[in-house]
Order: sequence, then structure tokens, then C-alpha cells
Amino acid sequence: MEKKIRVLVAKVGLDGHDRGAKVVARFLRDAGFEVIYTGLHRTPQEVAMAAVEEDVDVIGISLHSGAHMTLVPKVLNYIREYGGNPDELVVLVGGIVPEDEFDELKTKGVDGIFIPGTPISEIVDFINQKVKEKRNKA
Amino acid sequence: MRSSTDQKRKIKNLKSSPTNFYDKIWVIAMENEDVRKKREEWDRKCLKPFLEKSGERQEKFENLSWIEIDRIYDPSDIEHINFIDDIGYPGDYPFTRGVYPTMYRGRFWTMRQFSGFGAAEDTNQRWKLLLKEGQTGLSTAFDFPTLMGLDSDDPLSDGEVGKVGVAIDTLKDFEILFDGIPLDRVSTSFTINPPAGIILAMYTAIGDAQGVPRDQLRGTIQNDMLKEFHAQNTLVLPPEPSVKIITDIFEWGVENVPKFNLISISGYHIREAGSTAVQELAFTIADGMAYVEAAIERGIDIDKLSPQLSFFFNSHNDFFEEIAKFRAARRMWAKIMRDEYGAKNPRSWWLKFHTQTAGCSLTAQQPLNNVVRTTIQAMAAVLGGTQSLHTNSFDEAWALPSEEAVRVALRTQQIIAYESGIPSTIDPLGGSYYVEWLTDKVERLAWDYIERIRKMGEGSMLRGVLAGIENGFFVKEITNAAARFQREVEENKRIIVGVNKFTIEEKLKIPILKVDPEVQRKQIERLRRIKAERDNVAVKEALDWLRSAAENNENVMPPILEAVKAYASVGEIMGVLKEVYGTYKKPIII
Repeated sequence: MEKKIRVLVAKVGLDGHDRGAKVVARFLRDAGFEVIYTGLHRTPQEVAMAAVEEDVDVIGISLHSGAHMTLVPKVLNYIREYGGNPDELVVLVGGIVPEDEFDELKTKGVDGIFIPGTPISEIVDFINQKVKEKRNKA
Repeated sequence: MRSSTDQKRKIKNLKSSPTNFYDKIWVIAMENEDVRKKREEWDRKCLKPFLEKSGERQEKFENLSWIEIDRIYDPSDIEHINFIDDIGYPGDYPFTRGVYPTMYRGRFWTMRQFSGFGAAEDTNQRWKLLLKEGQTGLSTAFDFPTLMGLDSDDPLSDGEVGKVGVAIDTLKDFEILFDGIPLDRVSTSFTINPPAGIILAMYTAIGDAQGVPRDQLRGTIQNDMLKEFHAQNTLVLPPEPSVKIITDIFEWGVENVPKFNLISISGYHIREAGSTAVQELAFTIADGMAYVEAAIERGIDIDKLSPQLSFFFNSHNDFFEEIAKFRAARRMWAKIMRDEYGAKNPRSWWLKFHTQTAGCSLTAQQPLNNVVRTTIQAMAAVLGGTQSLHTNSFDEAWALPSEEAVRVALRTQQIIAYESGIPSTIDPLGGSYYVEWLTDKVERLAWDYIERIRKMGEGSMLRGVLAGIENGFFVKEITNAAARFQREVEENKRIIVGVNKFTIEEKLKIPILKVDPEVQRKQIERLRRIKAERDNVAVKEALDWLRSAAENNENVMPPILEAVKAYASVGEIMGVLKEVYGTYKKPIII
């Protein structure tokens, strides 16, 4: 049997807007994934440590603070530092992200960016497909 | 069987010259009886055959709070509502129709756009633009480090300085922020919670420096920690010390800044986190009761404090439900203050409120559609009798608003004010069968929640709200509503135009505001310079005084003002409070 997909849903930084993260976490769980939610106000180190220790396939970072360009790359660097490989992970960002910053985030290792209004089924499909691709490569 | 013409004649005669009370009652009963008969006839002869031929769009119609909405409302739906006791006149108990006797015929609501970004200089410039464009009050957005009581050079602040609001470290930043803005001529609102006392002290210090008497300072600090625990999550200290400091601010504020709103009891964020309108209303009123009880326990005269309490609500898409919510809120608060807490001055029975249109209703897709949503929501706020209003900009699902988007948002209010005719009469929807029925319904459902909370506190609303924070009651209620709503959107049971229906392929064309990435570096530099130049002995003395006040359960406001004037930083002052009271980590509930 295929190993169940493990997803870390993370709130990083000072931003307290957790509606999106929690609703997405709940729906991903209902879709059959194993979901770990970090809770609020985590540092990039804490999120990276959780991703490595929990051995997740997917990390979804939720931000409504405009700090994504600083904090997302930091999380990925710390994952590397703690012995993980962010390239083997499916890295997702959700929340308020201006469209003209999508490309830069993607070059920094983000696989998918989901803005407000994205149907959660779209996120589920994206995860299934990307995890398959990455597992096949590994 | 009576002949109906006879009866009509009798009703007509008695109506023009009722001889006694019982005649009056009889007339009302007979009229209602007539309405019921007419309704039955309409159902049978008119509606039923029509429905058989062509049904309705949906089996069931529900609003955003999942209240089932009937096909039509008539006098029989509001039989239990008494005009004089429940509706009445504006400026008079129970204030259902508004707190002032003339409402917008006297003057319009305050048009107050929430703004702030970058360093104090950037925000000062944006404010001057808004004032020039006809805005009538200021409203400050702070960046996340300031909101959380951290300095710009804190490692946790990295990447967040000046991003979603203005960065404030010391009084120096406030001096720049209010440069050229006379505090005796504007009122300023501050969305700030854990460091609310620090910000109020800074504003007082600026007023002192400008030579404005403290009793002339006007504005609002949000200072509502309870809703942070329920929803907004700007969390630093645990709940009980948070309420203690808020009560300190009340105690200090009634004596020192008597025209300043010392709290803005907020439903806005509860709603943004996914609650229904009913939950928003109920939890906000419950929080308000908790604060009043804390003030009473402290021995503060509530007739003195009440004029300095204000409220803050969301205005979402369900037009009539929002109007009903605002009307119900005023009626509930009047009853609570007069009957439960025994406030004597009619002024203490007022619920004055600020409204912001619903940020969570804005779509990233087809952003110009948001102008229309915001217009509907703003109209609901005005029809609901708001005292001030922030209209969101159409680009806010993408970033902080650009200048053009802010202008359209402000113009939306100005068009409602100057062109729509809505403000010409007071509470134009009062007396609508539907609106009165819904106002009553929303109020009843909110009371049910309040009684549940009161039970959790064994009779005390303060203990009840704290218990509900502790046991996760509020978070669970709100999270479940958010998930239920999302489920319906996923299943296309709720339509969001441009999101799950009427979608297009589009490329973003709106200009996006970018905050100068240099802000963080410059802000840290400024903070270092101030720390080097200030009188560090005075800072230490003020902070020591603050520590001892906190440890000895004294009012923390006098030492905070002293510390602020000595240019102690927000992070240093909050740091002392954290040492004494500890910090709070929110339990994880999905």
C-alpha cells in the first residue's frame, strides 16, 4: 500500500490570521492526508524543525503578513540546515501574495501558490499530483 | 359568522375614537386576524397555483448565519414587537433606530480609512493625502512587530517591519507620524491591543508637546484583548493580566483623557475569522459585558466610563442581516447597561460603533467586483446607523491598497453620503416587516449565546468569557462556522461571483503597493540612534517603576507614560510586562 501523504500546515511569523490555514488543514485531513498544524506565531526554525522531524511530504505555509519573501526562503534554508531536502518536498504557500512575486517565490523553491478563493479541491489535486512526481523521482 | 363589512366598520369607528384600552387591543387583534385571513387566501388562491406551475430557485433560503428566510413577511410576523418598547425613536431608549435624534441629518458618519505602512514618514504623507481628499478622521494601521509589542530589531521582526502598517518603536516615530497634524483638530483611531496603553501614552505625550489639553484629545484605542483570544490572535500576555491592564487604562483614561474612547469592543475580527453575524454580535456584546464587569469590580463609575466605550463591527454581504445586526446591537446594549448594570445616565446606554466592510468577502479574482461588494456593505452600515466607516479597497486580497484603490473606497462613502439620499431620513428600514422580524430574530439568537456564556461563568460574564477562552468555546464555534461556509462554497451551494461562478482567465492589471525594503534597515538604525542618545538612567528608572507597579498590582499607566516620555521602546516596555505576567501560547484547535 502507498504511504499516506503527510502534510505540515504552518503559520510562520507574527501574523495571526489563521482562518485559511485551519480551514485548509481541516479539509486536507478530510481528503485523507495526515495533517500536522503548527499553530500560530512559529519561527522559521520551528517550522523547519517540524517539517524534518515529522518527515512530511508537503509543507504548506500560510502568510497574510506580506513577509513571505523573507520568511519562506528562511524556512527552506533551515530545512536544509537540519538535514532535510526541500527539493524533495512539495512546498506550498497560501494567503496574500501579489501575483508579480509568484515567479520569484517559485525560483526560490516554492511549487505552488494559492491565493484567497482557491477551491480546496484544487489544492488536494495539486498535492496528489506533485507528491507522485516527487516520489517517482526519488 | 360576523359579516366582514360590519367588522371593518366597527374597527374603523373604534380606531378613530377608542373609548378604552381594551378597545385598542381588540382593534389590533381584529386587524391581525384580518391579515391572517388575507394571508391564507393569498397562499391558497395566488401563491399555490403559481408555485405549482413554476417553483422557486431553491427549496430553502438561508442567510449567512443559516437563518431560514421566509418567502414574505407581513404584520403577523412582528405582532410580538411593540413599536414604543422595541423600536421607538432615535436618540431615545432602546435606541434601535440610532443613538442621535437627528443622525445623518445632523452630520454624516466619520469617514475613517484605516491606513499605515512603512516608516512614520510614509504614513504621515498618506494621511495628509487622505485629509486633503476629504477624510474626516485618521486611523492607524501598525506593522506586526508593533502590534505584538516587539521592536524593529527583534529577530522575530525580520521581514515584517513596516509591511502591513507603520513601524513604531519609540516616541520619536510618533513625533514624525503626527508632524503637521494638530491633535486638537483630528480624532485618531489606533488598531492596537497588547501595547494599547503604550500607544495611548505616546498620543498623550504628543498632545502634551503640542500644548493640547488632555481633555481635548479625541480618538480610539482598540484595546480589546478578549477578541484577540477568540479570533485575531495578536497574543502576548495571558487573558487575566490582559484584562487587568485594560481596566488600568479605563481607570487612568476616565480621569486623564475623558474624550478618548478607551476601547473598541470588536466583532470585526471574530467575523473575519469565519463567524456568523449572530456569533459576531453575541460574542462582542459578551466581551463588552465582561469589560464592564471588570470596571465595576475595580470600582470605576460606569456612568463615567460608558461614554468612553465604543464598538466595532463588520459589514458583510448579507445586506438585511447586517442592518438587523446593527439595530439589534444597539437595543441589546441599551437593555444591558440600563437594566443589568444600572447605568443611570441615558448617554451610558448608547452603543456607538465603527464599521469596516468585510475584508474576508473580497476576492482576488476580478478585483474590480470588490467595489460593488464594498458599496453594498457600506450601505448596510449606513442604514444600520454607524458612527464611522472604513470601506475596503478593491485590491486588498492582493496587497495593501494602492492610492487609486483607496480613493475609490473613500469616494464610495462620499457617493452614499452626498448622492444616494439614504442619509436624509433616519432608519429608513425601521418598520419593514422583514427587517423588524430579522432584528428581533438576530437579537434572540444572540441572547441565547450570552446566556450560555453566563452559565459558563456561573452568573458572571467576565468569568464566562474567560472560561470560554480557556475551554476553547469561542474558537470552536467560529472555526466550525468558517468550515461550514467553506464547505458550501466548495460544493457550489454558496456562489461567490468570479470565484465559483462567472469565472474568467485573467492576468492581474491592478497596480500593487510595494513597501520599500529599506524600511527595516532604516528603522533599526533610528532605534539604535535613539537608544544611544536618550537619557538611559531615566529609562531604567521608568521601567523599574513599571515593574514594581505590575508586581504590586498597581495601575501601570503612569509608569508607562513616564517610560514613553523617556523614549523607552515598545519592546522594552512590553518586555517588562512579559517578565511580570508571563506570555500566552494559544492551544491548537483545528
